[in-house]
Parts: sequence; structure tokens; C-alpha cells
Amino acid sequence: MKDALEQATSGGGKVSRDWGAIAPAVLVFALLALGPLAAEAYGGAYLTSLLMRMMLLAIAAISLDLLIGQGGMVSFGHAAFIGLGAYVAGIMITEGAADLAMILPMAIVASTVFAVVTGAISLRTSGVYFIMITLAFGQMLFFTASSLSAYGGDDGLTLWERSTVFGFDLLSSNVTLYYLILVTLIGAYALVGALVGSRFGRVLRAAKENPTRVEALGFSVFSYRLTAYVIAGVMAGVAGVLMANQAEFVSPSTLAWQRSGELIIMVVLGGMGLRNGALLGAVALVALEETLSSITHDWRLIFGPLLVLTVLYAKTGLAGVADAWVARLWRRA
Amino acid sequence: MSSPILRLAGLHKSFGALVATDNVTLDLSPGECHALIGPNGAGKTTLIHQISGVLKPDAGRIFFAEQDVTDAAPHERAQLGMARSFQITSIIPGFTVLENVALAAQARSGSSFRFFGRAKAETALNDAAIQALTIVGLEARRDTVAGSLSHGEKRSLELAIALAMAPKALILDEPMAGMGREESARLITTLRELKSRVPILLVEHDMEAVFALADRVSVLVYGRVIASGAPEEIRADPEVRSAYLGEDAA
Amino acid sequence: MSTTLLLIQLLNGLQLGVLLFLIAAGLTLVFGVMGFINLAHGVQYMVGAYLAVAFYGVTEHFLAAMVLALLAALAIGLALEFLVFRRLYHRDHLDQVLATFGVILFLNQAAKTIFGPTPLILPTPEWLDGSFLLVEGLLYPWYRIAVIVAGLAVAALLYVLVRHTKVGMLVRAGAANPQMVSALGVDIERLFMIVFGFGAMLAGFAGVLAAPIFSVEPGMGDDLLIVAFVVIIIGGIGSIKGAFIAALLVGLVDTLGRTLATDAMKLFFDVSSANQIGPALASMLIYILMAAVLFFRPTGLFPAKGMA
Repeated sequence: MKDALEQATSGGGKVSRDWGAIAPAVLVFALLALGPLAAEAYGGAYLTSLLMRMMLLAIAAISLDLLIGQGGMVSFGHAAFIGLGAYVAGIMITEGAADLAMILPMAIVASTVFAVVTGAISLRTSGVYFIMITLAFGQMLFFTASSLSAYGGDDGLTLWERSTVFGFDLLSSNVTLYYLILVTLIGAYALVGALVGSRFGRVLRAAKENPTRVEALGFSVFSYRLTAYVIAGVMAGVAGVLMANQAEFVSPSTLAWQRSGELIIMVVLGGMGLRNGALLGAVALVALEETLSSITHDWRLIFGPLLVLTVLYAKTGLAGVADAWVARLWRRA
Repeated sequence: MSSPILRLAGLHKSFGALVATDNVTLDLSPGECHALIGPNGAGKTTLIHQISGVLKPDAGRIFFAEQDVTDAAPHERAQLGMARSFQITSIIPGFTVLENVALAAQARSGSSFRFFGRAKAETALNDAAIQALTIVGLEARRDTVAGSLSHGEKRSLELAIALAMAPKALILDEPMAGMGREESARLITTLRELKSRVPILLVEHDMEAVFALADRVSVLVYGRVIASGAPEEIRADPEVRSAYLGEDAA
Repeated sequence: MSTTLLLIQLLNGLQLGVLLFLIAAGLTLVFGVMGFINLAHGVQYMVGAYLAVAFYGVTEHFLAAMVLALLAALAIGLALEFLVFRRLYHRDHLDQVLATFGVILFLNQAAKTIFGPTPLILPTPEWLDGSFLLVEGLLYPWYRIAVIVAGLAVAALLYVLVRHTKVGMLVRAGAANPQMVSALGVDIERLFMIVFGFGAMLAGFAGVLAAPIFSVEPGMGDDLLIVAFVVIIIGGIGSIKGAFIAALLVGLVDTLGRTLATDAMKLFFDVSSANQIGPALASMLIYILMAAVLFFRPTGLFPAKGMA
């Protein structure tokens, strides 16, 4: 125990502590990298597409944790950004502008505009009013999507091809798309990690705890929160673009309020504000849903009470548990 | 005589029928500690809120560092160099002591819209923070989580935060509130050394502290400044004695 | 657009508003008094509708089914309160959202498992079957009028209860200042249970009333719950009066919007664009209303709490 303390405070210990902090994520990424191989051997295309969906939701959950865990902004409308990205991709592919080099900038612009407008209004409120107004904006986009009769309306839009990348038809292969998604996920994880430790992240975290103090120091809390809102929105929008390509289908259910709720579950289940929380939460939730639904058609009868029990009795989230394990391992090593 | 850093000109603020600030004119000059005293309900907090920008005055102007800041937001005033402490301790409880103060230093050194690079590894910020912590005697506690400090230590941390903003003026709202005798004595010493470098507007109940520190004292009663002058003059002023010191001295 | 059609839409809007009020009333009280966000409040509405169908199957009598359904809805509400919700009152909003989301998943699935996924229908009671001549050439069903009357009657009853009884006084005080009420030595747990059970029963009542009009299916409460939240946010959390006014407002705006939006859009766009934009705008109207209200009054129209 004493050794561990000394090690933790010495220079060498700092490096191992940093590695320890991201060890669970590195493990998850390594396993995900083997996904296509495993699919070859066991699950086939189904496993690949399941893992892709898992990773895409993880990107969205990681971006949502920037808001909830770091910024204290409980957004109940985050799926709107996934939907925005997905519809930009879906519509552009349908209209023949299928290249990612065109779709991505367009999706980023659309997410930014939507985030700036709705964020600026939502951030006037706080607490439960913020939860509900973000939900309201999400619903507005949901109904907009439902009414796009030229693009499938309620029934959704089937895509007959995937995006090209600078003219090359790379993504029609599930394997390339898979690794593109994995790299994006790692990028999202690294980006949020960097943000949290940066000057910007420090202000954002401080404002979560005591906005009045941060304001009195000379920071405009509103600007920092709005910036975080835009960053998170754009990340989810990018996930949406990839999701449309993965599913080859876009529908209003991509941005239903239940999806936003699911993202919140991932963040909380994984451990709010923890380095690996949203990632582990997303992986665990998708895996759990998959396992339960393979056992019984009525899997929600089990999942619902499980969720209630988790909230009532598990306090730190999965990442908290994982961190404790890592710490124990370091101590032994 | 150098020009004042902070100047209030004819401030007026009322809430319905209640006049909380009634034609208040006062200033704070470099090198001095100007104390604002007054019985409960005299409108001290309302005045502080107007100075820091939380409330807007109905009439009158506020000048800080030769600029009219009457319509400026709190964070804009802070950027000009106005640092305040709160009557109720206001820190970031989940941050370490060092990070609390480093955040304040960060506010005064370049943009904080920097998204990469570890803020904790910025030596310039940490050095500035440690310097401020040394002044208030909290250097040894730098790695403690701020929320677990004792009440007195939190008050000191709050002062360190204000100092790390490299302020042009300190607005201290009852910095001694809830402190033990020994702790306030130490704080008085610190502030006395400090005031030559940073002018201080001090709102305080502790008369011992006020008379030990202040170069000038203004007395606020029912939102009006009824007297203003050197501490000895205030102590001798009959109007002040009856309105305020009378009950306190008893 | 003809005046008769407008009149019908007004009545339909009123009817939706009344149903929304029955749901929103419990929601706003539970939230105002206990600070508890209950997403599962919408399933109470579904539970009421299903129970009415089930008891009608047994009794073949509308009123008997209604009474039994109300009692059963009350029992289920209290059971949920006892098993789950009372452990959540002191948790933060996020925990409450999650746990009650879990309850929704469970009850929606349970409804599907027990009653099947196909929509059911509760027949209109015979003595309210049929329509009357609203104006020349237009019939309006008696049952829908009865819904409006019943809803308004409950609103009036609620008003009397909240204004003139001891429990009502505690509820109002609790919504404005919860600490004070517990400081007065009131048995807060019992008060919570009464408020909660009452709210659950009101939502169940809305479900029973709605059962002959809308189809009874799993998840039928989900979207209505979101609209009920819009209502209590617009009205100001914790305010019965606010919930009532906002419910009627939302009911009318939504119903009239769906009829008028497309025509209104034709003033600005060509017909095919208007046919596109109109329905989308109509669905969004209440959310736009809510965003606008929050923009100008960040705590709703009739905030019950002081600035805290």
C-alpha cells in the first residue's frame, strides 16, 4: 500500500497512472479491432454490423458525456444530432452527391448551425427546464424528418449505395467501413479526453460546479457551454453520417426521444464524467440488449427492472468499477 | 493624488418601494483600503452586486479602470481586473486547491478557448497559483481537494483566487465571516501587506478588522452614505455612533 | 375553411386539452411537491386504458369497468411508489429519468406480452353512443362532449381540493417551498403517497376516457407523456392553474394547427410546398410554443416556486 502511494506520487508512477486511466479503453479498442476477424470465424455479417452500431452509439455517448459529465448540461435531445447527420448523408446520397468529402462538411455545418441556434436558446434555462427544452428541439427535428415525404417520411429512406471517399468506392466493403468507424471512435475518445484536460475543459468543469464563481473570474460561462454544445453536436452528427452508411437506411426513429434516453442511459450506466464511462456504457448497453433479446423476445421485461436496480444500487457506473480493478492490478504489479 | 480605480457616481437602486441604494457616490484609490460598514439591511450586499455587475443600478454610473462599466456583464468587469470574494464562500469544491487558483490565473493569461494541451501542465499558471497560495499561507495544502478544507482555509483560498486574477482592485465581501480569532488576525496581517499593492474595497462586520485595515471608512445606512472619512473621524462622528456604532459598542 | 369545421376542431382541441390536463395535473404536482421527474407517468395512462378494456371484458358495463379500472390504477400506482419511486425522491433528476425510463420499458412490454401487440378498442357506452346536431348539417358525438365535461368537472374538483382542503394547502405549500413543509412536522411520506396515488389515478382516468376514442396499444402513453411535459413546462412546474391553462392552450394549438397550418402555408408557398411544410409545422407547433415561452419566461407562465 505504501509502495503504491510512493509510486503514484513519483515521476515514474505518473506515467503508469496515465496508462492505467485509459487501460480499459485500450482493451476495448483492441478487442474491437479484432471484430472483423471474429466475424469471419463466428458471427458473420451480423456481428460486424452489431459492432459497428455499438461503436457509432459509443461516439454519440462520448460526445454526450462532454455535455452531461463535464458540463452539467443534461441534454435530452442528443439523438437529434445523430439524425441530422444521418439525414444529410441520406438525402445527399439520394440526390447523387454521395462523396464523404461533400457530405461530412455539409453535416458539420448543419450540426453546427442547429447546435448554435438551439443551444443559445436552451442555455438560457437550467435544470429540468434545460432537459425539457432540449427534448423539445429534438422533437421538432423528429417531426421535420417524419414530414419529408420526398425522402420517405415516416417510413424512412433506403439508400441504394454508400458514400464514396474522394471518388473511391471504399465503403461498400463492410471491413473498410468498420475500421473507419473504429478510427473515428478512437478519435472521439481522444478528442474528449484532450478537451477535458485542456484550458477549455477546466473552465467547463468548473462552471458545472460553480458557475457564479467562474463568471466572477472573468469567463463567460454561456460561451463555454455553447461551444461544448456545438462540439458535442458535431461529433454526434458525424456519427450519424457513418450510421446512415452503415445501415443503408435512415428513418425518423434514428432521432426519436427514446434514442436520446438510451444515450443518457449509456452515459450514466458507464459513469458520468469518467474517462472511460460513456465508452464502456455504450458497449455494455448494446451487448446487454443483444444478449437479452437473444434469450427472449420480451427482453424488456428483464431490461427495465435491471435498469431500475442499476440506478438504485450501482453508484459509480461501470467505469468506476473498471478503474478500481485497474488500480488493484497496478498495486499488485 | 492618482485617479481612483473604482468610482461610483450617484448610484440609485430600488426594489418596489424599498430604496436599497440611495444616491451613493464613493471611490477607491490606488494604495488604499476603503471599508464599507453599516448595520444589517443597510444595502451593502445590493451595492456589491451593482459593483460586480450582478444587479444593474436604476440610475448613476460605475467607472472602473477609467472605463464606464455600468452596463458591463460580471465577467467583463472581471476581465478588466475587478476581483471579488463572496460573502458565502464560493470556490470549486471538486478541484484541488492548486487548480482552483490556477483557474483564476488562467483567466488573466491569454485565451481559454484552447482545446488541446494539458492545463495542469502549464507551469506559468501553476507558478502564479503557488505564489498566490503562499501569500495567504495555503501553499502546503495545494493538492487537497478544495471541498474538504476547513471553513477558514476556504476563506483564505477565496482570497488566493482573487489574488491570482492579478486584479486592479479587490472587492471583499465580509472576508472574515465565520472565522476564528486567530484566523482573522492572520488574515488582517495578510491584507495589510496586500493593500499597498492592490487597493481593497472591504465590506466587513468585524469592527476590529475594519479599524485595523481601513484608510477610509464609509458608513451606509438605509442605502445612503451618511459619513465618510478617516477611521478616527468615523469613530468620533455622533451620527454614526447613534446609527450604528452605538448598538455595536454596547 | 368553414366555421363549422373550425367549431369541430375547437371542440376536438378542447377534448385533447382536457385529457392532457388530467395527465399533466398529476405530473406537475408530483414534480412540484416532490421534485420528482416521473417519465413513467405516461404508462399510468396506458394502464388505465388497458384496465378499462380488461374489466369491460369481465363486466360488460362501462361505468363498472371504469370504477374498477380506477381502483386498480390507483393500486398499481401505489405499488410502484412503494417499490421504486420512493427510493428516488432524494436522487438527482438524472437518476429519476433513468429509473422511470426502466419502468416504462417494463410496463410497455408487459402490456404487449399480456394483451398482444394489436390495438384494442373499448366500445363507447350505449347511453353515450350517437351524435347530436351541432349546427346545421354537422353531427358531433355525445361521448366526446362527455369527455370534455368530465375533464372540466375533475379540473373544478381539483381546484376545490387544492384551494380548500388541508391536504391541498400542504400540496400548495409543498410546491412553493418543500423544506418548509417538512419543517412543519408534516408526515411528508404520507403526503407524497397521497399526491402520487391521486396523480396516478387521474392519469388512469384519462386513459379510461381515451380508450373508446383512440386505439389502446402498448406505448400509447409515451408520446402523450412528452406532450404532458410540454404542458407543465409551459404552465410552470407545480402550478395546477398553469397546467390547466397550458393544457387547453396546447390542445387547441395542436388541433387547430393541424387543420390550419397547411392552409396558412399556402399563403406563403406554392401548393405542393405547403402540403409538405404544413403537416411538419403542425407537429412542431407545440414545441415551438414551448421554446418561445421558455425564451421569454425561463420558468414557465405561472411558476409556483420562488427563484430557487
